Amino acid sequence: MSHEVIKHPGLNLGAAHGPQHDASEALMFGFWIFLMSDAILFGLVFASYVTLVNATAGGPEPHALYDIKSVFIETLLLLASSFTFGMASLALKYQHSTARLIGWLMVTLVLGVTFLDFELHDFVSMFAKDGVPSRSGFLSAFFDLVPLHGLHVAGGCIWLICLVGQIAKYGVDTQAKHGVMRLALFWHFLDIVWIAIYSVVYLAGLA
Amino acid sequence: MSFAEQFQHPLGRLSLESLPFWQMLNDPTRGNVINGVIGTAAALMVVIGTLVTIAMITKYRKWSVLWSQWLTSPDHKKIGIMYVVLALVMLIRALMEALLMRAQQAFGLEGGFLSPDHFAQLFSTHGTIMIFFVAMPFLTGIINYVMPLQIGARDVSFPVLNSISFWLTAAGAALVMISLCIGKFSTGGWFGYPPYTEASFSPGVGPDYWIWALTLASLASTFSGINFAVTIYKKRAPGMKLMVMPLFTWTALCTSIIMIFAMPPLTVAMAQLALDRYLGFHFFTNELGGNMMNFANLFWLFGHPEVYILVLPSFGVYSELISTFSGKSLFGYRSMVIATMAIVALSFAVWMHHFFTMGQSANINAVFGIASMLIGIPTGVKIYDWMWTIFRGRVRFTVPMIYSIGFIYLFVLGGITGILLASPTIDYQVHNTVFLVAHFHNVAIPGALFGLLAGYHFWFPKAFGFRLNERMGKVSAFCWIFGFMLAFFPLYALGLMGLPRRSVAYTEPSYVPLEIAAFLGAILLTVALVTLVVQLWVSIKQRDKNRVFAGDPWDGRSLEWSVSAPPPEYNFAVIPVVTGRDAFTLAKEGGKAYPLPESYTDIEMPKNSVMGPVLGAIGFALAFGLVWHILWMVILFFVAAVVTMIVYGFARDTTRIVPAQQVQQEHRRWLDAVAAATGISRADEYQSANQGLAEMTIHEVPA
Repeated sequence: MSHEVIKHPGLNLGAAHGPQHDASEALMFGFWIFLMSDAILFGLVFASYVTLVNATAGGPEPHALYDIKSVFIETLLLLASSFTFGMASLALKYQHSTARLIGWLMVTLVLGVTFLDFELHDFVSMFAKDGVPSRSGFLSAFFDLVPLHGLHVAGGCIWLICLVGQIAKYGVDTQAKHGVMRLALFWHFLDIVWIAIYSVVYLAGLA
Repeated sequence: MSFAEQFQHPLGRLSLESLPFWQMLNDPTRGNVINGVIGTAAALMVVIGTLVTIAMITKYRKWSVLWSQWLTSPDHKKIGIMYVVLALVMLIRALMEALLMRAQQAFGLEGGFLSPDHFAQLFSTHGTIMIFFVAMPFLTGIINYVMPLQIGARDVSFPVLNSISFWLTAAGAALVMISLCIGKFSTGGWFGYPPYTEASFSPGVGPDYWIWALTLASLASTFSGINFAVTIYKKRAPGMKLMVMPLFTWTALCTSIIMIFAMPPLTVAMAQLALDRYLGFHFFTNELGGNMMNFANLFWLFGHPEVYILVLPSFGVYSELISTFSGKSLFGYRSMVIATMAIVALSFAVWMHHFFTMGQSANINAVFGIASMLIGIPTGVKIYDWMWTIFRGRVRFTVPMIYSIGFIYLFVLGGITGILLASPTIDYQVHNTVFLVAHFHNVAIPGALFGLLAGYHFWFPKAFGFRLNERMGKVSAFCWIFGFMLAFFPLYALGLMGLPRRSVAYTEPSYVPLEIAAFLGAILLTVALVTLVVQLWVSIKQRDKNRVFAGDPWDGRSLEWSVSAPPPEYNFAVIPVVTGRDAFTLAKEGGKAYPLPESYTDIEMPKNSVMGPVLGAIGFALAFGLVWHILWMVILFFVAAVVTMIVYGFARDTTRIVPAQQVQQEHRRWLDAVAAATGISRADEYQSANQGLAEMTIHEVPA
């Protein structure tokens, strides 16, 4: 059995995929670098939040606005969605049936959309308590950081739907495979960002 | 109109008042007429320039060629050339603005002729354009053209993304240009500090034009950085190890790394300022907990690394051409690489020296002051390496060499004033004076611009197959060098005499002689630019005398000289195998240049893509809608952008095959031309006899 060459960090397609495995190298590497740049973006928005968290300007403060129960459910949803995406990646790598791949992707999509639904409810209830972004520097920073992550998740959901569309049209071809692999990285990346949001924004805000 | 009403109006806040001559017609005071005439003339230049260009293309029936060969091309060489063209066009405007500002200050004792508002727009657009739409596209264009050729690649890793980057930059530039015709640009300077640029103090469209132009440019540069870094890491020819890469490629890599990490702070700063202005957030406002220091930190966390984005590629160009025109391999290659990497690391640790006076503790100032001074060390290493490369070389005093030598002298001066400014105590004295203006022009013009112009002269024959007129080039180079000195050395003195930067007028008579000297310098710089344009014109006229199809007019050392001029679209008929530094010189010395391959294979190249122009147009329209609060436009083009990307995801069959037979035919035709050409000695490079084949004698001086 020949030695399997690892082309890039993360889940590789494997030599069984032949040229598709080789062609993924530059593409995946480029996507890693994009994520690095995106991580800097999030890092700076986090920094803005940390510097402005006390700038409540007499408006509502974190403990009056955050609902830890809802946020905990969101966390579980997102972590579960990362697991189900992992299952989709394995289905891709070991060339299980297309139905199984799409099945896991759809479960991930449902979890992602449910997460967004919970998050929107959080925002609406914050709005009801005068927690609007124009109220204070703190709320501005909050509504820059958390919805930025939410927008990323929404973008990931749209991307996921498009990939399922591509698979429906072309089958699991090279581009669809590479698409699923990149979306997987993106999805797990957003999971990590959410852990940071859960810790820095919610846990620290309620501590 | 209230904010909400503006967004409900089909034209947003667009009205006749947005036209540059409206105020002059309605309130014809002397000042309004002068400013109106200047503004209208500038707008007319944009409109007429655009119309004439469109008319000429239509007259000569070039639309289809332009579209299929250039605008939609994913070829890194063509994209590179388009970047440089964009940069030169924008350079004309930004230099005209500089001339106008110098004229205003020369006559600025007790007034001058421009209104303060007009003057503020001039320095804001001048800075914004020079940084984002001259220097950035120029260096991105040269990296685009040269780097893949130097590493033995057929294209960048993501050719369509490359095209998108270009078009987003062009959209940003177009936004700045249209601000001349409709509405006004920002008056907040190129770094647009809030709270001045917040809606409460600058309610007009100016800061919005600035925000969205910079956002487009910022996204484009992030993508370019990713693209170049991946290309250099993943697409090098066999044997092209990292420590074998030409130094220009090294600086391209380091520049890309800075782009990847330093562009996000700009994107964040622009997004947060936009949220403040559009949705009433409080990031940088005076009230309700906003903190403008966050903007200063974010902006300069981008802004200082940006300085090294501008200067590193030029360092790479100097390294290439000093080595080539001295006939020696580069002295201290390894130290050059280490110095470049050290500059990248330090570039992220000095941003606070842009605002020593803004209230942080003395200890923090000291840390950042020392870090800033440290940058002098790797830069000094580079200067010595260049000088040792010239030392005992057979130097040809060519146009690029004139720029290089001017650079070495002047950049050392600029560096020394930088060390002065890095000391917080001195900075407190000269902060916000024209001393600073003199300093950063002293590093930016000799450091970045001279290098890019030298690179333009150096690689022009490679890109177009004929050499530029040498004599005109020399005139232009000397005009740039002496014009720069005359324009900016007086500003050092004026700064020490206390003239604040951005002064529209002053009351101190002793400033006048120095101001007039600086104005004459600005005129000389304008002459330099005109000469550059004339040189291009003359060179095109004389092109048949100066053809260098064989591809190696300067006895070049790296792989880009080992192919025809201009190169075929796939660059290399057969990917070369590299054995060491100065790969092409090695091949020439070993008698292995111009090998005849045994066989040719099919080459897969990317197909043309409309993604670039389409996303560029959408980006422009979206930004325009945002600037003018035209809601339907914003929604329409945002949806269009998303749909376009989704549709592109469904695209398959994006490559095409160049058949082996065609490759063979083109390659053999070139090899025949090489065989027919007579080798030219280094001394005779400027004769018509130079057909792009260097004499195969070895007169290498040991390094």
